[in-house]
Amino acid sequence: MIAVEKLNVFFGHGQARNHAVKDVGFTVKKGESFGLVGESGSGKSTVLNCIAGLLTHWTGRMEIDGVSLAKKRGLAFCRKVQMVFQDPYGSLHPRHTIDRTLKEPVKIHRLGDAERRVARVLDEVGLGTEFRFRFPHQLSGGQRQRVAVARALILAPELILLDEPTSALDVSIQAEVLNLLQDLRKKKHLTYILVSHDLAVVSHLCNKLLVMNRGQAVETITRSRLKRGKISEKYTKQLLVAGRGYDRTSIDRFEDF
Amino acid sequence: MSENSPLLTVADLSVTFPSPKGDVCAVNNVSFSMGREKIGIVGESGSGKSVTGRAVLRLLPPYARVRASQISFKGKNLLDFSEKQMRNIRGMEISMVLQDPKYSLNPVRTVGEQICEAYTIHHRAGKKQARQKTLDMLKAVRIRNPEQVYGLYPHEVSGGMGQRIMIAMMLIPEPGLLIADEPTSALDVTVQLRILAILDDLVCERGMGLIFISHDLELVSSFCDRVIIMYGGQIMEVVAAGNLHKSNHPYTKGLLACLPEIDGTQDHLPTLVRDNAWLKPVSGLTGKEVGS
Repeated sequence: MIAVEKLNVFFGHGQARNHAVKDVGFTVKKGESFGLVGESGSGKSTVLNCIAGLLTHWTGRMEIDGVSLAKKRGLAFCRKVQMVFQDPYGSLHPRHTIDRTLKEPVKIHRLGDAERRVARVLDEVGLGTEFRFRFPHQLSGGQRQRVAVARALILAPELILLDEPTSALDVSIQAEVLNLLQDLRKKKHLTYILVSHDLAVVSHLCNKLLVMNRGQAVETITRSRLKRGKISEKYTKQLLVAGRGYDRTSIDRFEDF
Repeated sequence: MSENSPLLTVADLSVTFPSPKGDVCAVNNVSFSMGREKIGIVGESGSGKSVTGRAVLRLLPPYARVRASQISFKGKNLLDFSEKQMRNIRGMEISMVLQDPKYSLNPVRTVGEQICEAYTIHHRAGKKQARQKTLDMLKAVRIRNPEQVYGLYPHEVSGGMGQRIMIAMMLIPEPGLLIADEPTSALDVTVQLRILAILDDLVCERGMGLIFISHDLELVSSFCDRVIIMYGGQIMEVVAAGNLHKSNHPYTKGLLACLPEIDGTQDHLPTLVRDNAWLKPVSGLTGKEVGS
């Protein structure tokens, strides 16, 4: 469904020029859930922002359903691809009710029937219509992230880009949001690209993942290989060890990559 | 120190914050005591774990009402201390590492000066001696080029380095107890573990006590000796870290079960069921008000 080839992104000029993404490429099939894992500064979110069209100064090739993506994206692209951001406290307008937030995309795309669409999408994310006329500050973090998911779903997209959707939430709330995302994907045959620093979260949601470090793709591995510990790259091995908790002896063997 | 003389004892600690809708009880009758060990306080956000840590050092805003029948450190009753006496406790006896070095370091002074200041406030030392002590401390937190880092400003250092600087600053007056409030939540996993290893080594070498406040149950159980689990401002249970997975409390079990695992299945994660029956009713106020 989506193919990315030789994607390069630079930030800054002259001496401060930073090669944030170096020749990254991957393909995601329809209905698949693909993960991008890496530490901060690895360029994983930058890749996602390029796909979403939030960054325009990339070079390389990206295509969705065989159609090459231009720098400027049209309405049809937005119908197909939607994004959920990391911080549900920052991504919802604080002075708009949930109803108004959810109706905005419907209005922009002139879909009509807004009332019914809002009610249905709120139902799908497990919030119910009683939340419709509340403001974001009247909701908990988990409920806000559900609203953000609802806003992405209201246009009935095929591909959803998830940028650390649970890292601002408590572990107990994280479980609820992960379950919701998994159910929605099965029910609506969605394709996900999930960015996270947490290997456990990615392996829970995705069957295939790309490990990134310092802008470069380290390796693409499947979930079953990760589970069996069949990893070829040292960097991935270290991430896996680090994900298992504090162990004084293994920390001394950590390397910088 | 022997087992039977605890380093810190907290008994019946309650903290309430006034609000237009009535008082909010953030911490309710919390009692624990600890020796020279690593103790973890775990809970969801709003469970009162940070407030507990801050109440010990009396770092809460003036409108917070703190009550306790006992907060004693090395046999000294901190409840009787004046604000001036508390200033000698903070840093010198008990110090605190905060979550984000970006906001907790002074942006207009070099990190070296700030660490140096922490030492000279509590110890009589000349400039040269204090500088040397600072450089040694920077080396102890495994900063490879202390001379260079001494002159850097906080915006010039990375998150991991910033947190090492914070730890250096908090350990340089040689306190007996360190309270670490989510010291590594803002960092990458590998950096986080390296920082914890430094903290672990220094705390063990100096025979200090450590209160480690975190929301990450797995991390705390692998790092600490004992874990206090808090919910709704109350202690649900105190367990030895090794026995955490054998715990019978439904809240602890729920917290552990809702974590996704790399080795796990992709089935639905069990969600946490909260039960207000776990909370004991708010009893009559015991103990005396602190700092009033």
